Amino acid sequence: MTVGNPPVASGGLVLPRYESAAGVHPPLDSPEYKSSALRHPNQPLIALPQRLTEITGPLFGAERVGEHDADLTAGHAGEPIGERIIVSGRVLDSDGRPVPDALIEVWQANAAGRYAHHVDGHPAPLDPNFSGGGRCVTDSVGRYRFVTIKPGPYPWGNHYNAWRPAHIHFSLFGRAFTQRLVTQMFFPGDPLFPLDPIFNSIPDQAARQRLICSFDIDTSVPDWAMAYSWDIVLRGRTATAFESREGK
Amino acid sequence: MTEGITPSQTVGPYLELGLPWADGPFVVPPGTRGAIRITGQVLDGAGAPLPDAMIETWQADPDGRFDHPDDPRGAAKPSVAGFRGFGRSTTDSAGRYEIVTVRPGPLPAPEGGTEAPHLDVSVFARGMLDRTVTRMYFPDEAAANAADPVLSAITDPSRRATLIAEADPDGQLRFDIRLQGDHETVFFDV
Repeated sequence: MTVGNPPVASGGLVLPRYESAAGVHPPLDSPEYKSSALRHPNQPLIALPQRLTEITGPLFGAERVGEHDADLTAGHAGEPIGERIIVSGRVLDSDGRPVPDALIEVWQANAAGRYAHHVDGHPAPLDPNFSGGGRCVTDSVGRYRFVTIKPGPYPWGNHYNAWRPAHIHFSLFGRAFTQRLVTQMFFPGDPLFPLDPIFNSIPDQAARQRLICSFDIDTSVPDWAMAYSWDIVLRGRTATAFESREGK
Repeated sequence: MTEGITPSQTVGPYLELGLPWADGPFVVPPGTRGAIRITGQVLDGAGAPLPDAMIETWQADPDGRFDHPDDPRGAAKPSVAGFRGFGRSTTDSAGRYEIVTVRPGPLPAPEGGTEAPHLDVSVFARGMLDRTVTRMYFPDEAAANAADPVLSAITDPSRRATLIAEADPDGQLRFDIRLQGDHETVFFDV
């Protein structure tokens, strides 16, 4: 079902248009992921042509990022236990344009695979020097970077002997409501990939691989930290005559 | 399918470690004249509240403008001091969220006509592999709602009603979000 008629321009308004992410994101109803059973709509989604509210969005930047926010190993009495890593990369549109000055929020388990959260009952140690939340903002060419500890895998209750592959949660705003994305970054070579219903909920195999970062010796710091790089691609604007007229 | 877009994954059960902001619910600063409080519960298909969800809202200012360069009418500084347009609230143990905002103005629709005042709402939670998107409309805007191109294209009145908040006697608005089942909220593919 389509709501209204979606011409790009009339009534004097020329709006950018963000391309569809159809087929990229996991279906909300993913039976292998048991928690989705009662938390997905039964009715089909209704197509909402992008209008002013959808092509705009909050533009958060450096004002939301505190001094230690991009270094998850800082801000405590001592160093957290674990493998210190640098995670960096670029945030891009699907048409290749960088997404500058955009807020990124991250959260993760500690090196032992335990979240500093009261709900997490995994019998692994908490780390008094690691709370697991961070923020950073992309620079003028869409680059981001933060320092953290490599998270551990952890058990969860989805099925017998279920373990999540190690991951870092990422939340991105982009520049428009339409671009909002929350996802997870995984590490290369994790033996848990074939067993994880959340990772495998992504229908397309190639799209799944895009959640796996790369080891990156070039951004590591000798005698201090290993490094991984990961680019994030948000929905881009479809090329239209209107856009080129705007010179964008 | 589209090449290259990074797929969504669930926020999981521990979003509290990374996403809540102390000022999250305040689209306008506390004490703003004319501010309205919107509360509601996020409920699953069994009617149980979600204690681990988060909602986000995005809206125009009272003049129907956005402080955003892609608005073809031009970016406009908000007419209400400290107006952010954006609200974020995690749910409590009763599945309840809260947003403090001001009523947005109506918007010109690209195809002509006018959109009634509304908030775009995103819902995130464990068990949801992608956000869901809905809209909240105002109960005392009957004429504007009737002319709204999004609402009026939803032909089933009981479904359309899920997008309209209820007014509490004390002037607050209540907007429950039912993810599944009876009175399931209308969700959009944007």
